Amino acid sequence: MELGLQLAGDKLQVLHAGDIHEPALRAYLGMGLEQLHVLQQPSGADALPALTDYLRDAGAQVVLTGTQAETGEGSGMLPFLLAENLGWPLVVGLAQVESIEGGVALVLQALPRGQRRRLKVRLPFLATVDNAAPKPRQSAYGPAQRGVLQADQVTVVDDELLTASTLQPAKPRPKRLKVIKAKSGADRMKAATAKASGGTGQVLKGVTAQAGADAILKLLIEEGVVR
Amino acid sequence: MSDIIRRDPRAQWIARNRLHPLHAAMQPVTHSWMGPNGLLRKNPHGQGFIGPNGIKRIDRSGAQQGGMSKRSAVAEVQLPLHQVPQPAFYICVVPDMVGGRLGSHDRDLLGLAHQLAGQDGAVLAVVFGEHKESAFAQAGVDRLLVLQGQEFEGYAPEQRVQGLRAVDNQFSPRHWLLPDSRSGGAELGRRFAAALGERPATRVWQVKDEQCIGRAGAGLQDLARPLARLILGAVECAEPVSETRHEALPVELSTSVARSLARIEDLGAVAVDPAAIPMDEAEFIFSGGNGVKDWALFHETAAALGATEGASRVAVDDGFMARDRQVGASGTWVTARVYVAVGISGAIQHLQGIGACDKVVAINLDPGCDMIKRADLSVIGESAEILQALIAAVAAYRSGAKRDAA
Repeated sequence: MELGLQLAGDKLQVLHAGDIHEPALRAYLGMGLEQLHVLQQPSGADALPALTDYLRDAGAQVVLTGTQAETGEGSGMLPFLLAENLGWPLVVGLAQVESIEGGVALVLQALPRGQRRRLKVRLPFLATVDNAAPKPRQSAYGPAQRGVLQADQVTVVDDELLTASTLQPAKPRPKRLKVIKAKSGADRMKAATAKASGGTGQVLKGVTAQAGADAILKLLIEEGVVR
Repeated sequence: MSDIIRRDPRAQWIARNRLHPLHAAMQPVTHSWMGPNGLLRKNPHGQGFIGPNGIKRIDRSGAQQGGMSKRSAVAEVQLPLHQVPQPAFYICVVPDMVGGRLGSHDRDLLGLAHQLAGQDGAVLAVVFGEHKESAFAQAGVDRLLVLQGQEFEGYAPEQRVQGLRAVDNQFSPRHWLLPDSRSGGAELGRRFAAALGERPATRVWQVKDEQCIGRAGAGLQDLARPLARLILGAVECAEPVSETRHEALPVELSTSVARSLARIEDLGAVAVDPAAIPMDEAEFIFSGGNGVKDWALFHETAAALGATEGASRVAVDDGFMARDRQVGASGTWVTARVYVAVGISGAIQHLQGIGACDKVVAINLDPGCDMIKRADLSVIGESAEILQALIAAVAAYRSGAKRDAA
């Protein structure tokens, strides 16, 4: 939302597929939206056909989505299927949009370990927004109450997944035990008391500082951390 | 215990000299022999050795430490080889290969693949581009397919999906397994699923009895469903392969991969301020300890390398670094891929903190310290000189790379 508001300002359209009486929708309106479109669906319906039909006619150039749903299956497949259905390119983990001009957008993609990658993508495109994107602005109560929730009627397609599978409360995952596969007592004792040591490290002793630095730099370049 | 073989020339001389009164005592004792009636006879007194205090010690581990037994080099344990000459079906795994090597998540996934393959199926690993892994056989790869080429380099998810489709056409594997990780597997798996039109099972943490259980929604619910063809496995979804060795036979694609027009162009990594990356996420940490005397030079080197700075407890206590930069048991447990320790001797608390690091480089004056035992590469010497040489080497490397590019 914040990314969209910064990009498009008041030309931003916000779309939700599901229940119109969801109280969280008002909080989005409070961020400074005039109206919010809701494709009305009962829970358990497949959101994909409705969204595909809507987006095909909406005339949007950039579609931003979340990473995954917080309820239901939450597989995170929706943006991928939408992109496949619409035939648009998909950027995963969007952190920032740098520029949009001439039908081409320059965007920054968030990678693990705080890294960023710059991508050039043709419009129109679909993007899932990463946690690294700008933090949302505060939601105001007055605009939240004034804003309009515009309901659109769509045909409901039931999701066949939930017939074959069951949702159950999450079980805590078993913690992996450190299994020591030792044949004798002496080995077990050794495994329990040994210090962490590689043992096979290369030691450069009595070399010049120059040679030592070169060896270190060679390893850093091999590992790809020095570019 | 050291591995130096110590000889006793006098005892050897007595053992050779049949006329010496102690000759019989110096003969190697036979512990068991075949008796005249075909029975195996054993000498219960023959085992063990006389310890330093004159007491007989028996070490049943087999690695006898006394002087009597012949010392043998520690043999590398050869695990039994698991062969699949005619695979009935394939289980396909696409590991992430962060840094060109199999990670623990990839190994867990290969373990899961073996669970699904059983005796008749073969585990086929699909690897894109160059790799540095040498232990595919131990990790449980029966067949290895390396897709090489310019088009798979860098960030090319659409082209990789084309590659996977070609694999799917040729081998038609029973299951596809990908890691549900941020380092590429989650994205590639979902793209591939959308391209195939399969419904994947995501965030799967258990596969049992033709059922797979994965986290659903925001993690408050589990979704149990029949085993899907495409599985995106969570971390620790199964135990990694540890009891068998595998063939890792190379296979090739019979058809060429369709080229897709890249709609997303990779313009390369963007320089990120290394100090802004949280310590526990940083990929490359340059850490200083008590042995660093010139802190200005230390900061300069970290900036030249583009590394996140860390410190040992001593450096933080002495006020040279901020508390949030401390690595170790009372600071941050880091997960860096490369960790450079300058002037850190390696207290056990510090070594715990870097337990998850992949490559450790140590610069130290003391060749006997614990950090050197942990490190993959250690340079013994004065840190200031080495750091200066390192700055010069990096500058030379960068300018050389620019000249090559120009």
